[in-house]
Amino acid sequence: MTMTAVLALAVGVFLVRLAGPLMRSRINVSERTETLMKRGAIVVLAALVITGALFADGGFAGWALPAGVLVGGLLAWRRAPILVVVIAAAATTALLRLGGIA
Amino acid sequence: MPPRFLPERDRDVFRDALAMSIGIGIVGVSFGALATSAGLPWWIPVAMSFLTFAATSQFAMLAVVMAGGGVLAGLAAGVLVHLRHIPYGLAVGNLYWDKWWTRFLGTFMLIDQSTAFALAAGDDRRRAKAAYWITTSIMFVAWNVGTVVGVLAGGFIPDPNVFGLDAAFPALLLALVMPALKDRDTLLAALVGAAIAAATAPFLPTGIPVLLALVGLLATWPRRKPKEDAA
Repeated sequence: MTMTAVLALAVGVFLVRLAGPLMRSRINVSERTETLMKRGAIVVLAALVITGALFADGGFAGWALPAGVLVGGLLAWRRAPILVVVIAAAATTALLRLGGIA
Repeated sequence: MPPRFLPERDRDVFRDALAMSIGIGIVGVSFGALATSAGLPWWIPVAMSFLTFAATSQFAMLAVVMAGGGVLAGLAAGVLVHLRHIPYGLAVGNLYWDKWWTRFLGTFMLIDQSTAFALAAGDDRRRAKAAYWITTSIMFVAWNVGTVVGVLAGGFIPDPNVFGLDAAFPALLLALVMPALKDRDTLLAALVGAAIAAATAPFLPTGIPVLLALVGLLATWPRRKPKEDAA
């Protein structure tokens, strides 16, 4: 990999990031559109939660990972602080793995 | 901005983001170490983290190149997994669309976490703005420091999975989107979208399933009419 490749990735990634706000600035954003766009980002983030919890390297990630995320999710639902949610999720997954559960 | 200059109400976000940054830092270490152990000179991963600031894209490109897939295929993979940032930019782009340099920096630093923290701040634009900049700046520092440490550590590649860090990231995002899921339409769209993403993830390249999830928005689109008919 060369510096040219590094720069190419940086430019490509920047243009992707630029696409959203550029599109935004070109349309008249109504309240309904605003709601829809925010909802869209939430949907993508939620999908990232599911795929991140279930899959790794193109296959099922094993039980330890979704179990940890589930524990985090339950705590978040019970309105635990974000730090508690994240640490509990990581600790659950790490302990399950330590105990031999993939 | 030092934390003591931060208004009281933004300190929670600062504290949370600072704690998260440990995890991002460790992932950065593994990126730097992985790249150098693959035989790349130190400045490649360091420049990559500094100029790109996109963990999944960097790992995706590195994986393809390391597997012998070539630079072009690596680039394609890196950009593909990044496409989810288009809906992010649509949703939070107005938070930094002021002066030319805030537009530039805000665009450059658009990541999953800054988007999620900004959206979790709700309708308060000032808070959302603060959440966006605070989280993204902290993550930027952590990611780059991590990468440099990984390069220096040379050969020692920490496995973030041992610490369960791969669970920390989805759990963080889940906690941040949860307030928005109180809205029934958003919940419905998210559930349908997540189902679509989970069903397609085993068969499609990484990056596509989370975009397909946007189809879930259609689940809420025509709702208004039947509701009026029912009423």
